[in-house]
Amino acid sequence: MTQDHHNHETQHNHPGYGIYFLVWFALLVLTGITVTVAGIDFGNLTVATALTVACIKSYLVLTIFMHLKVENPVFKVFVWVALFFLIVSLVLLFTDYSFI
Amino acid sequence: MSTAEHAAGHHVHRDDEGARLGMWLFLFTELLLFGGMFIIYSVYRYVHQAEFHLAAKELNTLFGTFNTIILLTSSLTMALSIAAIQKDKKALSVFMQLITILFAAFFMVNKYFEWSAKIHHGIYPGSDELLMKSNGEILFFGLYYIMTGLHGLHVIIGVAVIAYMTVGTVKGKINSGSFVRLEAAGLYWHLVDIIWIFLFPLFYLIT
Repeated sequence: MTQDHHNHETQHNHPGYGIYFLVWFALLVLTGITVTVAGIDFGNLTVATALTVACIKSYLVLTIFMHLKVENPVFKVFVWVALFFLIVSLVLLFTDYSFI
Repeated sequence: MSTAEHAAGHHVHRDDEGARLGMWLFLFTELLLFGGMFIIYSVYRYVHQAEFHLAAKELNTLFGTFNTIILLTSSLTMALSIAAIQKDKKALSVFMQLITILFAAFFMVNKYFEWSAKIHHGIYPGSDELLMKSNGEILFFGLYYIMTGLHGLHVIIGVAVIAYMTVGTVKGKINSGSFVRLEAAGLYWHLVDIIWIFLFPLFYLIT
């Protein structure tokens, strides 16, 4: 535990600036992709593409900018549990509305 | 917790990890606040697909894209300010925090012009022009104003929080040995960014 903790702190205290610029660049590229794709009509796939890109962008922000990658693993469990219940609410609601 | 503190040999009772976890728990309540609205949005969009597409044509994609770039860049400068304070670079950290606030101000100025243009065209909640439109379009603009409005409120609160942290950094209360408050402000700011990452395609890119 102590060893783990020490490693975590070491990583946490010395991240370079480079990774943040890299993630920022990736986020801008993904924004470009999502704007370009929105101009093309893929029907229902257009929404799916936009949401997939948004999820990838959020993943990058969560892991790198919000430090989940170097944080204690229990943080990730908390985030997944929170997202799980949000998705459950959405799915349960749509079981009603799909029949309209 | 920090290496500087260990080196100094002090024993300060502090739990930075617990503080960050506390901030995350708060962010989950924010997730439910906005999540509920996203769920409402998805149901209404499902029920009124054609009207949502028609209404979204009124929104300016260029404004939305520009604000996305501004907010993503402000997230970068926020992350850099934390990386800087970790390396004991106080001036750089303060500079990055000020740039973050500046970008947030740009975002709000854009939002002001965008909303002004809409209101000028008579499209605002309860307006005669809007009430003549179909139900789906009224719902779209209602959600547009409440969701981007609540997000804008978060941007303003974020600016206040970051400004408070900047003062703390200048005074040395936030330093390379103790920066968990700046980290918490950063977490809040990145959440505001993530919410926009979803708002942008759902409102501006469905034409």
